[in-house]
Amino acid sequence: MSDAPLVTVDGTPLKVSLGRAKRKAKIRALLLVAPLFLFILLTFFIPIMSMLLRSVDNENVAYTLPNTADLLAEWDVDSGDLPDEAVFAALAADFKAATVSKEDDINATKVGTRFNYEKSGFRSMFRKTNKIFEKGGVEPPYKEAFIKINKRWGDADYWRVMQREMRGKTDSYYLAAVDSGYTDDGERAMNKPGKRIYLKLYGRTLGISLLITCICLLLAYPVAYLLSILKSRTSNLLMILVLLPFWTSLLVRTSAWIALLQKEGVINSVLVSIGVIDDANRLLMIHNATGTIIAMVHVLLPFMILPLYSVMKTIPPSYMRAARSLGATPFTAFTKVYMPNTVPGIGAGAILVFILAIGYYITPALVGGQSGTLISNEIARHLETSLNWGLAAALGALLLVAVFALYLVYDKIVGIDNMKLG
Amino acid sequence: MSDTNEPLVRFVDVQKSYDGVTLVVKKFNLDMQKGEFLTMLGPSGSGKTTCLMMLAGFEPATHGEIFLQGQPINNVPPHKRGIGMVFQNYALFPHMTVAENLAFPLQVRNMSKSDTEDRVNKALDMVQLGEFGGRRPAQLSGGQQQRVAVARALVFDPDVVLMDEPLGALDKNLREQMQYEIKHIHENLGITVLYVTHDQSEALTMSNRIAVFDDGVVQQLAPPSTLYEKPENAFVAQFIGENNVLSGNVISIDGDSCHVDVGNNRSVHALKVNVNNVGDTSTLSIRPERVVLNPGSEYNNVFEGKVEELIYLGDHIRTRMVVCDDSDFIVKVPNSGELGQLREGDTVKVGWKMEDCRALD
Ligand SMILES: Nc1ncnc2c1ncn2[C@@H]1O[C@H](COP(=O)(O)OP(=O)(O)OP(=O)(O)O)[C@@H](O)[C@H]1O
Ligand SMILES: [Mg+2]
Repeated sequence: MSDAPLVTVDGTPLKVSLGRAKRKAKIRALLLVAPLFLFILLTFFIPIMSMLLRSVDNENVAYTLPNTADLLAEWDVDSGDLPDEAVFAALAADFKAATVSKEDDINATKVGTRFNYEKSGFRSMFRKTNKIFEKGGVEPPYKEAFIKINKRWGDADYWRVMQREMRGKTDSYYLAAVDSGYTDDGERAMNKPGKRIYLKLYGRTLGISLLITCICLLLAYPVAYLLSILKSRTSNLLMILVLLPFWTSLLVRTSAWIALLQKEGVINSVLVSIGVIDDANRLLMIHNATGTIIAMVHVLLPFMILPLYSVMKTIPPSYMRAARSLGATPFTAFTKVYMPNTVPGIGAGAILVFILAIGYYITPALVGGQSGTLISNEIARHLETSLNWGLAAALGALLLVAVFALYLVYDKIVGIDNMKLG
Repeated sequence: MSDTNEPLVRFVDVQKSYDGVTLVVKKFNLDMQKGEFLTMLGPSGSGKTTCLMMLAGFEPATHGEIFLQGQPINNVPPHKRGIGMVFQNYALFPHMTVAENLAFPLQVRNMSKSDTEDRVNKALDMVQLGEFGGRRPAQLSGGQQQRVAVARALVFDPDVVLMDEPLGALDKNLREQMQYEIKHIHENLGITVLYVTHDQSEALTMSNRIAVFDDGVVQQLAPPSTLYEKPENAFVAQFIGENNVLSGNVISIDGDSCHVDVGNNRSVHALKVNVNNVGDTSTLSIRPERVVLNPGSEYNNVFEGKVEELIYLGDHIRTRMVVCDDSDFIVKVPNSGELGQLREGDTVKVGWKMEDCRALD
């Protein structure tokens, strides 16, 4: 063999020629995935990214109050004095400009709402001031004029918040998402015990999701096993039954659970009529955590059965027989030989159910009541009702981080290559 | 052990039906001695695997008893039977290494760690896979996996080892090599093997005795040579080795021999094996290598044959002829340089001895 690089018959180096041949295949593969890729980019990736950016975004404040932002940055918070007259003058100019601006993003009331997340009182303070400016504004000296409109303009604590939140990026949404915030002295601290909600909710979400995953696994394992050993005609029939829930709307199924589980529902009535419980002590099975768990296990069960089934289907019955013939009791054969071979299915099913459960929204919203709502319901509330999108985004981002962390842990323990979805 | 005449494995009138309509195993009787290598040979679907499964305990017998060392085992669960088994697809546990696979039967018997290691190493050496203990089964070739499967079935010293077409997935060369290896292991260890195959040359190579299976019934149980030389019925004659078949009616019986009319008043003098009455139909079986061309006077049966086809096979020439209206009559003519004399379309005399022609049912 010589050291010269190999060439093809017509003299092109072999590597170049191979690269060319491979490039064609690559381009074809790229073209095949391109439509889906674009679709996902436009409808999934970009919206999510922009949503995530919202969790730190604070540009609107400085955009609406540009002059104030510039001057306020130089104010020394810890001096104990109010900002000087120049700052108030700038504020007046900004308010004036905002009332005449046609731009959607320049809106003093909105900024007031934004500040109100940090400290209550801002909203009314800004709304009132804005009204005055809409009617014509104020005359200098501005400091006295502002304090006359609302005396909070004379409170240094409010100016401290304003100075902090004039910056383009903020961490206050994330702080709020972990039940923390700034004190009046500008320190980051946990909220008072009575005002902590999100951490508890995260804990509950993880706990309930974990419980749902375990229950699903316990229920699905024997079913999947049965499906895998039956003749294909019977198992196909049973498989249709397993998939039946997918054929009806999620709302219908959840409503059915309400009809079954509620206080005057079927199960309670039957139990009362056969005398297991008396009429005064009807079981509370819905609009609490129990309801969420029951209904969600039902919804998510197929996602556990399917990967388990597809893995079990590939395990030849001869493994168990071999183990038995080698002297293992049925139990040992099952735990030492059969189960380890189903681990990829367990892993896939568990991670699928867990991730679906952690972000599940409709079912807990309908049957969760007070104790059964999850973090996703809180995110939805901030998106729809309180319109605090920054906080919703921060809560969602933390959920995403939690999922990724779990994924990494899973990868460490089970190995992600070891997962088989079907 | 105590009684040397006691068969190690004994099937008594065993029947098996899966669906309650058809009998897959009709009436199975078998005695297997300790140290024996017994093969069940038969076409696909004849119930061989079913018999093994009943012995191993994975299928209940519908009727009849199975004894192991004199004890009825119908109600003994598989893991208490102490029967080693080699499966057709090997059934090595994919999540364990080779060594762990071999250690498995020892661990479930609570053998100490050092003993286990000793035995595993010995077993690996026996199948010449000493360095492969740390590998996963998927990292072995088919032949190596096969050896691991054999070693695993032997490592716990079972009374009997069952092998269900263990070489079925291997190519021809490897299969032949493995046949010898398994045979040597059998001879060296003195183990008792019940082997299943539908490859007759495999059965002839390896076995002490062969049970020819068809339609749920043992057609003949005999050592390989007996099976080949003295088939008891037409199925066995056809199934084992090559065979020329002439059919006709018995016209006379004379002690151990009989005359059979094969049409056109041609009477063949044959050994009476399986015919009882004059007038019965009979199938005559003649091995191709027992037929000679231009026979001498010591041959009782001499007929005319017309050469149809010559196939040169080196040491002999396989000649297809029309003899007694049978156009598939094969004669193996030794290659002694007479090739030039025989041509397609020639008519020659062919002959065989009475003892080499068996009148079967
Ligand atoms: N679990 C079962 N349920 C129903 N019928 C079965 C079952 N196992 C085998 N059979 C039937 O029993 C008959 C004998 O099967 P068996 O597997 O014993 O044949 P075999 O001799 O081992 O054939 P092969 O050489 O193809 O392995 C077949 O007709 C088969 O269809
Ligand atoms: Mg079989």
